[in-house]
Amino acid sequence: MSWDWQVFCEDTIERQPVESCFGKGGDITYLDWMLSAWGWTVSVSLLALLLALVLGILIGTLRTLPDRPMVVRLGNAWVELFRNIPLLVQIFLWYHVVPTMFPVMRGVPGFVLVVFALGFFTSARIAEQVRSGIQALPRGQRYAGMAMGFTTFQYYRYVLLPMAFRIIIPPLTSETMNIFKNSSVAFAVSVSELTMFAMQAQEETSRGIEVYLAVTGLYIISAFAINRIMAFIEKRARIPGFVVAGGAGGH
Amino acid sequence: MNLNLDFSFYNWDLISNFVLKGLYFSVMLTVVATLGGIFFGTILALMRLSGKKWLDTPATIYVNGMRSIPLVMVILWFFLLVPLLIGRPIGAEVSAVVTFVAFEAAYFSEIMRAGIQSIPRGQVFAGQALGMSYGQNMKLVVLPQAFRNMLPVLLTQTIILFQDTSLVYAIGAYDMLKGFEVAGKNFGRPIEAYLAAAVVYFVMCYALSWLVKRLHKKIAIIR
Repeated sequence: MSWDWQVFCEDTIERQPVESCFGKGGDITYLDWMLSAWGWTVSVSLLALLLALVLGILIGTLRTLPDRPMVVRLGNAWVELFRNIPLLVQIFLWYHVVPTMFPVMRGVPGFVLVVFALGFFTSARIAEQVRSGIQALPRGQRYAGMAMGFTTFQYYRYVLLPMAFRIIIPPLTSETMNIFKNSSVAFAVSVSELTMFAMQAQEETSRGIEVYLAVTGLYIISAFAINRIMAFIEKRARIPGFVVAGGAGGH
Repeated sequence: MNLNLDFSFYNWDLISNFVLKGLYFSVMLTVVATLGGIFFGTILALMRLSGKKWLDTPATIYVNGMRSIPLVMVILWFFLLVPLLIGRPIGAEVSAVVTFVAFEAAYFSEIMRAGIQSIPRGQVFAGQALGMSYGQNMKLVVLPQAFRNMLPVLLTQTIILFQDTSLVYAIGAYDMLKGFEVAGKNFGRPIEAYLAAAVVYFVMCYALSWLVKRLHKKIAIIR
């Protein structure tokens, strides 16, 4: 078989090669389409990550509160709920079921619903990591905070969380890479991200191998970039004198 | 909130016609991929721990490659490539089985590697001192202990694998989710079908993870 990378320079309607490989005017080439799909993948992933971090940190922290069994139980229920249903089913629930049941959500675009699905799904996993990060700290840290007369909020804010966040950077790195990979499931509800592009371009051009290779390359580049960014953050956040505790797993 | 659900269309005939057929495939895929994944994963892990470069490098590339690509893309790749390689079309179901074995092998090999590395080096040395060969040492000393350490993680991975089988949606294979979807479409009740699918997946996965947690407590080696 022979390669035909020319396919990326063809415009998507007439399938005629375009000189510069980028479409002019209203036309787009497959290259344009793929780059915009990459943009969708990145936007879905980053927005979902933001949502997942906010929810996950909140719920993970609540799950470690002392003397609040009800709050802890609710947090645990949250984690079990979102961890035990496949992501694809959750995306279908957000896309098909939620707008029917809650008329307010009817006008919301599919892109946003996927961000919600991916964000809530990942929030459960981040909550689990935040909880184990906090519980990995020596118990004395909490007591020391209490003995200083800190309120619960204060000793979380100034004593426990700053250390716990540093411990969980390695698992958070793999979770961030997971979000990028999981964003591919959005193809099922026609968000035009990379996987959706791969499927449609493969069908239209029948140059599946070239299309898949390019898309796979973009996924690997994204994963590598995240890995480097997180390594940089980990290095910058390191406290001199502390070897990062735990070290559980990494990636 | 607009709740106007009607689950009455679910009866035994429908469940056995649509859902059970899919459930059977999902479970079969999970079991085959787990067994195959553990088999090839162990080989990959041993290659990576062999200390020989010509074994270590290809295994590392394979494992890291698989782990940085989304499963959906891997499913699409195999669906495209396998027929090209063997020269005749294969069904979505066969393609899914091949894909999941190849994909899970990478993940299981990482679990295996961590499990094998969790065994103190003294155990290996003791085996060598007794005159055991590499194979004997692995089979009789290291792997039995490693398996015990990693059993809970292996089972958790299997639960994740069961959830991931729903992704064969990408190539149209008939798994449990598809079964619910087809039933929902046939009876004009897609909402109820998706809700029921979520409930069934949740009950199965929650029950399994509860069992794994109990097993973990029971078999953990106290050191």
